[in-house]
Amino acid sequence: MEKFISHTGSALPLRRSNVDTDQIIPAVYLKRVTRSGFEDGLFAAWRSDPEFVLNKAEYSKASILVAGADFGTGSSREHAVWALQNYGFKVVISSRFADIFRGNSLKAGLLTVILGQSDVEALWSAIEAEPSLEIKVDLETRLVSYKNQAISFDLDDYTRWRMMEGLDDIGLTLRKIDEVENFEEKRAKYKPKTLPVLS
Amino acid sequence: MAKTLAEKVWDDHLVRSASGEPDLLYIDLHLIHEVTSPQAFDGLRLAKRAVRRPDLTLATEDHNVPTLNIDRPIADPVSRLQVDTLRKNCQEFGIRLHSLGDVEQGIVHVVGPQLGLTQPGMTIVCGDSHTSTHGAFGALAFGIGTSEVEHVLATQTLPLSRPKTMAINVEGKLKSGVTSKDIILAIIAKIGTGGGQGYILEYRGSAIRALSMEARMTICNMSIEAGARAGLIAPDETTFAYLKDRPHAPKGEDWQRALAYWSKLKSDSDAKFDKEITLDADQLSPFVTWGTNPGQGIPLDGVIPSPQDFTDPEEVSAAERALVYMDLKAGTPMKKIKIDTVFLGSCTNGRIEDLRAAAEIIKGKKVASDIRMMVVPGSARVRLQAEAEGLDKLFLEAGAEWRSAGCSMCLGMNPDQLAPGERSASTSNRNFEGRQGKGGRTHLVSPLVAAATALRGTLSSPADL
Repeated sequence: MEKFISHTGSALPLRRSNVDTDQIIPAVYLKRVTRSGFEDGLFAAWRSDPEFVLNKAEYSKASILVAGADFGTGSSREHAVWALQNYGFKVVISSRFADIFRGNSLKAGLLTVILGQSDVEALWSAIEAEPSLEIKVDLETRLVSYKNQAISFDLDDYTRWRMMEGLDDIGLTLRKIDEVENFEEKRAKYKPKTLPVLS
Repeated sequence: MAKTLAEKVWDDHLVRSASGEPDLLYIDLHLIHEVTSPQAFDGLRLAKRAVRRPDLTLATEDHNVPTLNIDRPIADPVSRLQVDTLRKNCQEFGIRLHSLGDVEQGIVHVVGPQLGLTQPGMTIVCGDSHTSTHGAFGALAFGIGTSEVEHVLATQTLPLSRPKTMAINVEGKLKSGVTSKDIILAIIAKIGTGGGQGYILEYRGSAIRALSMEARMTICNMSIEAGARAGLIAPDETTFAYLKDRPHAPKGEDWQRALAYWSKLKSDSDAKFDKEITLDADQLSPFVTWGTNPGQGIPLDGVIPSPQDFTDPEEVSAAERALVYMDLKAGTPMKKIKIDTVFLGSCTNGRIEDLRAAAEIIKGKKVASDIRMMVVPGSARVRLQAEAEGLDKLFLEAGAEWRSAGCSMCLGMNPDQLAPGERSASTSNRNFEGRQGKGGRTHLVSPLVAAATALRGTLSSPADL
């Protein structure tokens, strides 16, 4: 995973709540076996509308997505995170994220930032007034700043540290593998095994 | 200290718990399928890592597979490559796989329970949000993303922050024609699609106790639609009777040992939930969705709400958008809505009891002439069982299609899709825009409502027949 310390860029205002992962990337785009190339599926159904915000020239350089509440509900597909990343987004801001999407994003290096709904609304208005508005999202200070505004956000210390160091979660767990072995020795013997095939 | 059921299962799987870092939980069973696993296996190869516990891992082909002509190569080359990739990965890493055509193939959440691999007190994960289904057995089961799939493959553990717990008490007795699907749709309408965020739900109360295991699975399955990663039900005699003698259930003395542990798996009477809500089962009637998220549901006897009925501005605009997408007008009675396709199947309602209940209504009657009804069993075993009982003939004689097992039109990843503008009554779990095919419109219903709707052509309950 790439290190994430700070990102500065312009933003795209997505004034919709309950954007589920089927909207972020419909199922028919999930057939690839790689982690790249999902950008063509991003918001695929909505993109056929020329008025959809992603199609507007003034937002073509946006790297921060500012979305309505309950972003990323539904399917656990991490492809939704990859589609956003493949398209060029580094940060998503919303007042509420679905649990699985948020977990996936922070594992894959897409920073999801939770701000209050009124801060999101203010951000939407500021972006719409000035689409090239520069927004800085800083993990070191846990601040979203633009113009003379600076809004703090919460992210637990552990996740922040892992993202800033660009650490691989698996590598971290493998360092403690003796504890996993100890646990396995104490597991109940009646717990089921999938092998050999019994049915 | 008094604990809830979820806390007990959580604590019994703690490999490591230290302040300032997430808990490390041991995973008892990892289910995989073709769509969310290929990138995880690539990651393992790249880092030269093995699968730590192939003997706690099971793969099936379900999301992407056709439900017709399964004896022929998959027609879509991209789908075929994805399925072939799973087969190669399972062979390379020594994982048991139930492929298309195998008698144990089917939707991963139908296969686990029917094999007896899903047992009380286990931790179960899968790269699929409907893994919450397995919570019906008192297991802590939840969906994960592909990064986490790779983590479980490599370490058989997951780092996780402890969620809060919510009790959902459903007391009373369901009226005839009301099912567990109606219970869960009513719960989601009550707490909203974000109401369960950050929580593990525990469904309790006399109405839950009275349900069969399959009906309980329907409820736990849709926990994610309320925003909760997991939902569970304490195991009881119904659970134990379902498990006894299943292929992977403990046998002999092991059964007694397991039973002794399972019997302790309930929330302590003085345990504190972070939140508690109550629902009156006696008051419930068949429930359907009118909008584009599973929280936009009302009783089938109701009329489509107006956006102005909502107070939250987000809900007002969501309702406005939903009515436009669904091409519906506020004030229209739900029962006046004309349906094009009825889909009976999915990990929510594709088990044998669902097919029996629908077949009982369809028996000897004809599907309305302008309706397409697709019946897709949740697994090859369910299909065989239904055929042994003659249910396939009842559906076929009524004019319905009888398919092979898979996720099918629940997510429209294979050729089973709605055409743009087409409207379905579906026993599945999501009515998102385009979920069942681009431009398709979905009403979520119970198997009973699906069957009655197929006969009448408009959203209907069995009482309307």
